[in-house]
Amino acid sequence: MSSATLPVRISSIDRRVALRWARDNGVYVALAVLLIYNIFFTPRFMTLENLNVQLVLATRVIVVALGMAMVIGTAGIDLSVGAVMALSGALLVQFSGLPAVLAIVLALLIGGLVGVLNGFLVGVVGIQPIVATLAFLFAGRSLAQLLLVGRNPSIQDQTILSIGSGKIFGISGLVIAAAVAVSLVALIMRRTTFGRQLLAVGDNARASFLSGVPVRRTLIGVYVLSGVLAAWAGVMDTASITSANALSSGLNYELFAITAVVVGGTPLSGGRVRVVGTVAAAILMQLLSSTLIFHSATDAISQMVTAVVIVVAVYIQRVRSQA
Amino acid sequence: MSAEISTTGLGSEGPDYVPANESAHVGFGSHALALLRKSGVAAFVALALIVVIGSILWPTFHSLDNMRNVVLGITYIGIVAIGMTMVIITGGIDLSVGSVFALGGVVAVWTNNQAGPVAAVFATILVCGAVGLINGTLIGIAGLAPFIVTLASLFGIRGLVYQLTGAGATTYSVSSDSAFAWLGNGTFLTFGIPIFIAILLYVTFHLVLERTSFGLTTFAIGGSEDAATLMGLKVRRTKILLYVISAALAGIAGMLQASQLVSASPIIATGYELQAIAAVVIGGTLLTGGAGSLVGTAAGVLLLGAINAFIRYLQLDSTWNNVVSGAFLVTVVVVQRVLSYRRSD
Amino acid sequence: MSTTTVDTASPVLEARGISKSFPGVKALIDVDLKVRAGEVHALIGENGAGKSTLIKVLTGVYHHDAGELLHKGKLVSFAGPRAAQNMGISTIYQELDLVPTQSASRNLYLGREPRNRLGLIDFAQMSRDAEALLRDFQIHADVDVPLTTLGLGTQQMISVARSVALDANVVIMDEPTSSLEPREVESLFRIIDRLRADGVAILYVSHRLDELYRICDTVTVLRDGRLVHNGPMADLPRVELVSTMLGRDLESTPHRTRSAAPAADERETMLELRGVNWRNRLHDISLTVSKGEVVGLGGLLGAGRTEVGMAVLGAEAPDSGTVMIDGSPIHRVSPGAAIEAGVALLPEDRKLEGIFPHLSIRDNIAIASLPRLSRLGLVSDKRIDEIVDTFMARLHVRATGPSQKVGTLSGGNQQKVLLARWLCLNPKVLVLDEPTRGIDVGAKFEVRSTIDDLAKQGLAVLLISSETEELVDQSDRIVVLKDGRVVSVLEADRISEDDLIEAIAAVPAEQAGDNRE
Repeated sequence: MSSATLPVRISSIDRRVALRWARDNGVYVALAVLLIYNIFFTPRFMTLENLNVQLVLATRVIVVALGMAMVIGTAGIDLSVGAVMALSGALLVQFSGLPAVLAIVLALLIGGLVGVLNGFLVGVVGIQPIVATLAFLFAGRSLAQLLLVGRNPSIQDQTILSIGSGKIFGISGLVIAAAVAVSLVALIMRRTTFGRQLLAVGDNARASFLSGVPVRRTLIGVYVLSGVLAAWAGVMDTASITSANALSSGLNYELFAITAVVVGGTPLSGGRVRVVGTVAAAILMQLLSSTLIFHSATDAISQMVTAVVIVVAVYIQRVRSQA
Repeated sequence: MSAEISTTGLGSEGPDYVPANESAHVGFGSHALALLRKSGVAAFVALALIVVIGSILWPTFHSLDNMRNVVLGITYIGIVAIGMTMVIITGGIDLSVGSVFALGGVVAVWTNNQAGPVAAVFATILVCGAVGLINGTLIGIAGLAPFIVTLASLFGIRGLVYQLTGAGATTYSVSSDSAFAWLGNGTFLTFGIPIFIAILLYVTFHLVLERTSFGLTTFAIGGSEDAATLMGLKVRRTKILLYVISAALAGIAGMLQASQLVSASPIIATGYELQAIAAVVIGGTLLTGGAGSLVGTAAGVLLLGAINAFIRYLQLDSTWNNVVSGAFLVTVVVVQRVLSYRRSD
Repeated sequence: MSTTTVDTASPVLEARGISKSFPGVKALIDVDLKVRAGEVHALIGENGAGKSTLIKVLTGVYHHDAGELLHKGKLVSFAGPRAAQNMGISTIYQELDLVPTQSASRNLYLGREPRNRLGLIDFAQMSRDAEALLRDFQIHADVDVPLTTLGLGTQQMISVARSVALDANVVIMDEPTSSLEPREVESLFRIIDRLRADGVAILYVSHRLDELYRICDTVTVLRDGRLVHNGPMADLPRVELVSTMLGRDLESTPHRTRSAAPAADERETMLELRGVNWRNRLHDISLTVSKGEVVGLGGLLGAGRTEVGMAVLGAEAPDSGTVMIDGSPIHRVSPGAAIEAGVALLPEDRKLEGIFPHLSIRDNIAIASLPRLSRLGLVSDKRIDEIVDTFMARLHVRATGPSQKVGTLSGGNQQKVLLARWLCLNPKVLVLDEPTRGIDVGAKFEVRSTIDDLAKQGLAVLLISSETEELVDQSDRIVVLKDGRVVSVLEADRISEDDLIEAIAAVPAEQAGDNRE
């Protein structure tokens, strides 16, 4: 090929890099803008207590969104997360006779088991992720309800409750719980073979297979992680409201999680997972909702604004990929 | 530069590392299997099984009365599933139908109280169609992923409905002897009016799908959008129209249910989109697009209704509905997958 | 051969000074083209020369930035592909433009279905019309089953039939024979002759020189988006044609220094297939590749060459037979196990099966080696960086750096990245499936030299290729497959390309003479 094409290519690469920066960091910019707005226009915003509250409100979505981000990284989706949250709360009640740590571990295990089922359907049988995880979305919440029939749903165990209301050095137990999840997922995505293989599977599953990547195992693993994280979020949620509520716990969380993932810059087509972006987006969406409420907008308006934000975020992603 | 072929953006094809078989020279066997899957035979078989078993266990199960109620109950999801089927055939999806359903109810009741039932019908179709137009434009022209766009609509329209009704503070209702209420409660030959409307819609859209170029374009887009474009088909127009239809049908369904309940509620129909998707998938339509039929969807819808009835007769908590539906969904889809895998050998 | 009756009347389709750019790339610069009625006009050029873009401009898919389009002498501007189609410009694309889930009859008449009195589509009539049309073209297929159940070649022929049935006055064919069996190629040429006699203007894009010289009257050569040659086909000898395409004198591609191949008694068998059977695809395949040897695998499309590669990699378990690497069978049928045993495979379709377009060069190279470069599941980025830098330099990968996304590289560089992925595993056996397909001449040269070097270093190489020249030049031995069976094994230094072609066609010598130029 003649060398004339090379300089042309480089300048288009520069432009692409610039656009990508804009797209990748848009969420941080938006978050910063919103923070600044609130500092100036929202009374009593900059108190430690308020900041803590804001952060706490976002913690459960953060945890679920992390799992969702990894699944989306494989070009899949996990619609069962909300149901798993509800189920995990119901399981805590079920196991309330056991020591707290054991109960929690069992709840996480069962979340992981749901993940094995989902992963098996997607990775081994070859069913589309929407359909495979849709089934548990139907069934899971109802299972949780059935488990709670005739039982006292309130949580008595102090250890569990402390996750919800306890504080260490002024930082809420929930924030710590979320931070643990974030660190874990960041570690997985940055430093493990599993994380790299996950991205490869999302980018080109066939090429991954031919390169020796254990595709099935990777897919099952990612859905297991999503299930465990969803269960963890369920434990957090149940601890914070001090009782298991199968109907409301985790309701619509799959949608919130997907929103956070998309707004945070992780493409639905797979191959890339932005951990920090997802966290930032979850906080952004929560802060947006709070800001609107602070300024007397109704819940309804907040929902509509969320909708617009999603569309804008995806549009920016789209424009970038066409450059 | 690897070209970015149009996808649903979701990668919902699912990783496919089952090596593709180039020339699967199969004769009559695969032809028959394709036909079977197309008409949702699995769903019909399951439906028949449930009816048979139910009739054996309880004498009233197959009574006309019971059948009538079952079908009436499932009619609203059924109408929603029509639009969903067509959208899914193009490889897309419409998650907003639940919210639009609620919107339809509210718009219909409010308009009826202002201007009568005829205006109510028109207003519902117009307003909900407009929502579909927004969806369709973002998807068909801006090229955004259907999953995300309709997800945003799901949020946004639900918010709108809450806003309009003051989050349930204002109740919209009609009197039970008004003309509007007849739509949902009236009967003809002892069958509820909504059932007839649903049948009419199914027949109409089945014909549209199978026999008009709009319908064939729909299939073509699902089979290969690039090919359809290269062939000069009106891809964009068709896509937009499909989302308009999907939303309009959801609105009509919401209107009919509001009529039956003689009031509109902003909190109903959460999760309807998923039930519709389940019915469509169980009925044999592929989520990847390009193949499917309303006959199959009808079977899927009826199957869901039959499951509900079965569980009611078992005197189990209605919560079991979802569990069983979920299990059915998985079973049917796994069977479909196994069949199609074997076919390609 | 082709009769050169160039009609001096005004052209049916003409492009004047057409330019078209995309962000960062000038695809066409001031290109002229004239296609006349009853003429078969060849359009040729290397990959990236602008042929596809020109076609898309001519057919209304793209709108040109500068210049004019004339159809039958009148200035035109197409609003879209439909507009061009309505004017009688019909295209057969390289990527099949049919809807695979629908039947042949639906595809043939999509957009112009016969109607009954009610205005609804008359399916019975459509099937009848479709059958008649296919019979006319001597295509044997069931018009009512989904296209995916028919063979790729048949689908291509149906695509041809569709375009022709549109009563076109211009038919543009983009690599029409890429998926066709020889029998189907003959059918296609008969159709082309008929079209020519009917006064249709045909624009024929192909890189298969034999076909071009056989069927085309005039030729236009594009290079880097510009017109570099236009004139009668007969006036342009092959060598000049190729050098015009490349813009330089033909460098001789390296001939394999076969003296480096180990003598027969010193051979150390690295790869052995014994009696491999795969229902419908492979029958009793046995072959060996020794250390330092390059074995070419030749045959037509569908002969089973890629399947052999997949069997070696363990991508799917064959029904029977064994695959042995360095004397021992692979203990588990999976690419992972094969790679551990020392197998490396460069797949045929790098876009679909090879590269991770959105991942960096670094990730693309490291992917197969990750298990080796990590401990307890944690990756050692330092070691990865070292290896990536080493191999990028060794293979001369041209990029802005290891973080560049592979999807943005040229075909040749992508191929090198893929090679790097396999070479950093230090394999014992390397299977290459069409390693130089679709890459520019410079990169081809580099890739072939690399293969040569690798064999000298002791790698056992299985080279799958459709280019007879490549097989003859690079291999020590050539195994010819036909319909999943081994039909002959040839010593490469004792045959010419023509001999190889004969062996592939499995046609006795006297008959082969009729097909030669």
